[in-house]
This record gives sequence, C-alpha cells and structure tokens, in this order.
Amino acid sequence: MADKKEIQEPIYVCRCEEVTLEEIDEWIEKGYDTVEELKRVLRVGMGPCQGRGCQDILLREIARKTGKPITEIHPATVRPPVKPIKISLLAEGGEE
Amino acid sequence: MKRLETEILVIGGGAAGLSAAAEAAAAGAKVMILESDLHLGGQLVKQTHKFFGSKDEYAGTRGFKIADILLKEMESCKENIEIHTNTTVTGYYSEDDTFTAMRDEDEFFTIKADRAIVATGAQERLIPFVNNDLPGVYGAGAVQTIMNVYGVVPGKRVLMVGAGNIGLIVSYQLMQAGVEVAAIVEAAPKVGGYWVHAAKVRRMGVPILLRHSIKRALGDEIITGAMITELNERFEPVGEEKKIDCDVICIAVGLTPTTEILSQAGCEMMYVPELCGNVARRDSSMQTSNPKFFTAGDASGIEEASAAMVEGRVAGLSALKSLGYPTEHGRLEEYWGRLQALRSGEAGKRICQGLTCVLTEDWEAVHNG
Repeated sequence: MADKKEIQEPIYVCRCEEVTLEEIDEWIEKGYDTVEELKRVLRVGMGPCQGRGCQDILLREIARKTGKPITEIHPATVRPPVKPIKISLLAEGGEE
Repeated sequence: MKRLETEILVIGGGAAGLSAAAEAAAAGAKVMILESDLHLGGQLVKQTHKFFGSKDEYAGTRGFKIADILLKEMESCKENIEIHTNTTVTGYYSEDDTFTAMRDEDEFFTIKADRAIVATGAQERLIPFVNNDLPGVYGAGAVQTIMNVYGVVPGKRVLMVGAGNIGLIVSYQLMQAGVEVAAIVEAAPKVGGYWVHAAKVRRMGVPILLRHSIKRALGDEIITGAMITELNERFEPVGEEKKIDCDVICIAVGLTPTTEILSQAGCEMMYVPELCGNVARRDSSMQTSNPKFFTAGDASGIEEASAAMVEGRVAGLSALKSLGYPTEHGRLEEYWGRLQALRSGEAGKRICQGLTCVLTEDWEAVHNG
C-alpha cells in the first residue's frame, strides 16, 4: 500500500469515529498492534457500525505492518448490542 | 418486555435462511425467521441475472425468481413459520440463553429458542484510499440494491473497483440501466469472476485493467473522478497515476461473513482467508461448537447463493434432527452430494481448502477428546 511519506491527505479507515490509516500505522509502530489495543487508544471500530466497515481493513493493516499472517490477528471481542438501540427502548423493559 | 418463543430461530431471511426455514418447517418444527431488511429474500431479490450451478439449485433461473420459489415453498407450511421483517437480532446473552431483537427502531423484545440457525450473510469489504468517505463511493451490493430493488441509478459514469463476479455482474447491470462504466480496475493479475461475465462487459467496450487499483477519489463535496495506478507483483503502486472521469466509485472487492451472533454464542471461531473472514468451526451438519447453534450461507464462508441454499437445507435438517424430529433417511447425504457437486469446479477448490480448516469430524468426538 502507500508509503508513509506519501500519506498527506487523510485516508479514513473508520468512518464512524474518523480514524485515519496514518493514525493506525503510527500506533501500530508504537506497539499497539492488536485490534483491542487500537480500539482503546483510537476508538476505531467503536462507532455506530461497530467495526463492520473497518475491522477487516484493520486486521489486514496489522498483518501487513507486523508481518504476521492475518489468521493470527485476533478480531475484537463482540458484545451485544450489534446495532445502536435507543436507551428509551431498553428503559421500557426495566423493572420498577 | 415482550418475550417470544420458538423451536428454531432462523436469523437472516436470505438464500440460506429461507432454505433452512423451509426444510425445518416442512417437518413440523416451529420456525421463526428474523430479517433485518423490509422484505425476505436477502441478496436473491436483487439478482436479475440467471444463476449458474446445478438444476437442483435452480440454475438458469434469475435470482429474484428463486426467492419467489423459496417463499412459495414456505407457503405450504406457513402455519409453522413466524416471520418478522425489519427486525434485527441485536444480541445473544449466553448466561440467560436469550436473544434480543429490535423491530425498526421502536420495538425491543427478547426471544427464547431451542435452536438457532445463523444465516446472517455477509457485509461488503471496503478499501482505504484518499477521499473514500465522499458521497458517490458505494459498495457494489448497495448499487445493486438501489438499482435493482428501488429502480434508482447511482450516477452517470462509474469506476468499478474489483473484477470478481460481483464487480462484473454489477458493471453489466449498470450498463443495462443506461449507466456508463468507465473502467474496471482489478488489483490481481487476473479476472476473479467467471470468464463469461468478463467477456460480456469487455464486448460492450469496458476496459478491465488488471494489476490496477484506485489511489484516490477526486472531488470536494461529491465525486468528480478517480486517480488509478498500476501495481507491481507486491501490490505496490508503480508508474504515473491516471485520471478516470466518473461520478460514482463502486467498490466490489469482496465480502466478509457477518458472524457477531456466533461469536456471542461462544462458538469457536477461526479466520479463514479462503472463506473470506472469521467463521465458526462446524461439522458437516453445520453444527457449531455450541450445540444449539448452526451456521449456513455466507455467514459460514463466502460462497455462491446455490451453495448457501444447500447449506441452509443441511442446517435446517440438522437442527430438526437434534430436536428429535424424524428426518428422511439419506436426505442429508443427498445435500452433501449436491454441495460437493457445486464445489467441484475451479472456484470450488479454494472453498474446499478453506473448509478443511474449519470442518471438524464430529463435535462429540472433539469434546470427549
């Protein structure tokens, strides 16, 4: 893919949280080379789509930067809900 | 909070889910289908082309007609099938063995099910390039939906990224709808899709540029063009960037399985490149490591709709069997035979390679060591 020096304009990997490829590469270089760590420092994959658009790119980028096969890169833990739910809907179901 | 119950919960009403539901309901099981879209049929409803594959899986029939055939089959056992469209399964909580679901955005309820068949399909892969967040950058599936389901064209002139079957078919359908296709760029050194599809778009004058990729989208508020570049064998850009005039960039670089519910159910997962992502390990009956969960269709690995339908039948049948329903002797074997036949071609080799990684002999044997 693109060399670091070429990345002048931002390339958005996570559109929900506006995380760029440059930021991801920078943090991978600092040693944050797992999806879970990158989530914690950048919020990548934590927006409304919950990583549906970006996790695949993220896995491949980690594999490329670390030289590990993609089969060894762990995806993020998946927690419910998989889609945003209005808090009022959840509150309706609560007990007094 | 409203609580629904069923014997077999089918998550996803596409090719695999409908086949699973039809199979299970015909044998008398109570089946509930949850579909996040407004209507059943999944990707089938936007396939205006005739399918390949085998006669058993409706080769020669157009995709949307296959959806009608499956819906008609379900008609005959409709008393056993409860359908919820516009409803998304939002989670599975193993500690309570409960699913949560949301209808539209204003009703939330829980579901108890004895078995679940996860036929959630796939999501589109995206690729990073400058300005990929501009309006006018579409996934190929999205283009197919707005065009073939809603009758809206995405723009006037399209750059297609990816020469797999989806990229080729959608290019052809764009032209059928009167949209110009400027070019198809493909990073690989050869066309990924079937030759007949490639030949068809080439005959219509669309250049397929192999070893090329998109570098950036041009435009401030909307797409006004794209810069493409040639790639070397290490997929690094080489040479001058070339400008393509277009107002739409359509991304057809593949799909990846949608498997959140399987992960939440604690099913053993594995990243299998040949199946295009993270999928559940399963035995040949499509049962996962969580004995209540079965998987079928693209959610179990990206493959053609024909295979998804047979996998759905296998999952439906196995779910029935595991609930103690009598099943026709030899039926499962017949479906396995059909799957094998569908996978016997060139494209099937890769699938079979992937399957050897995720298939386990039999869960009981695995768990008993």
